[in-house]
Amino acid sequence: MTGGGRGIRLHTWLLVALVVATNPLGNVALSRGARQQTASTGPAWLLEKLANPWILLGILLLVLWTLSRMALLGRADLSWVLPVTSLGYVLSVALAGLVLGEQVGGVRWAGTLLIVAGTALVGQTEPNTTAPASPRSESR
Amino acid sequence: MKWLLVAIIVAATTASDFLQSRELKRSIGDWSSLWRSGWLAVAVACLAVSFFAFLKLLSMEDLSFAAPATAATYVTETVVARAALKERVGGRRWAGALLVAAGVALVARPGT
Repeated sequence: MTGGGRGIRLHTWLLVALVVATNPLGNVALSRGARQQTASTGPAWLLEKLANPWILLGILLLVLWTLSRMALLGRADLSWVLPVTSLGYVLSVALAGLVLGEQVGGVRWAGTLLIVAGTALVGQTEPNTTAPASPRSESR
Repeated sequence: MKWLLVAIIVAATTASDFLQSRELKRSIGDWSSLWRSGWLAVAVACLAVSFFAFLKLLSMEDLSFAAPATAATYVTETVVARAALKERVGGRRWAGALLVAAGVALVARPGT
């Protein structure tokens, strides 16, 4: 988290916001489209699904997610990116309950929070263990 | 069937992230080298396999099951990072990966 001006840091956090928002929103759109009844099975099932507007919206959001995550990986360490963006898991489960009407019980919430705790623990370790000479820095 | 799909998603995502990490670290700032090697295309192909399996899983299961279950990649990727990328994985990082695994196990319990 050292180095880089205020503008660079703002840019990084905007990317984080984009990564954290697009993954759960894409998941919800995909989930909604995936659950709609289809007439066909097998390969035709896939074609029918790929023509579904919810699926297309989900794909668009997940493409955005992948690209923003790659951009983030270019300016921050993977072990910093993983815990920070694991907030997306919590949002996915919350949106599944709120928007999709899934029954999310205490055990499922506890499991999700354990996942976030685990990634936070990993985030406290030394980010770069393969290049000992390079300075520990958020931006390259 | 649902665990077969989770296994496919986890394997394909792990392969894709391994290749992305290796290629991006190998060719920092050298975009032409990044595209020429072709490994990034393999990574994208793995991502596509993972995506279609995730789509199939979502057609059968809750999102509040599918999203956390695929977090099992944190564990497999820690193992791969140590074995193939030669990253040094200390006690705290293993503990974090095990917490993630415990979380996945909780989410995976039927009827929760």
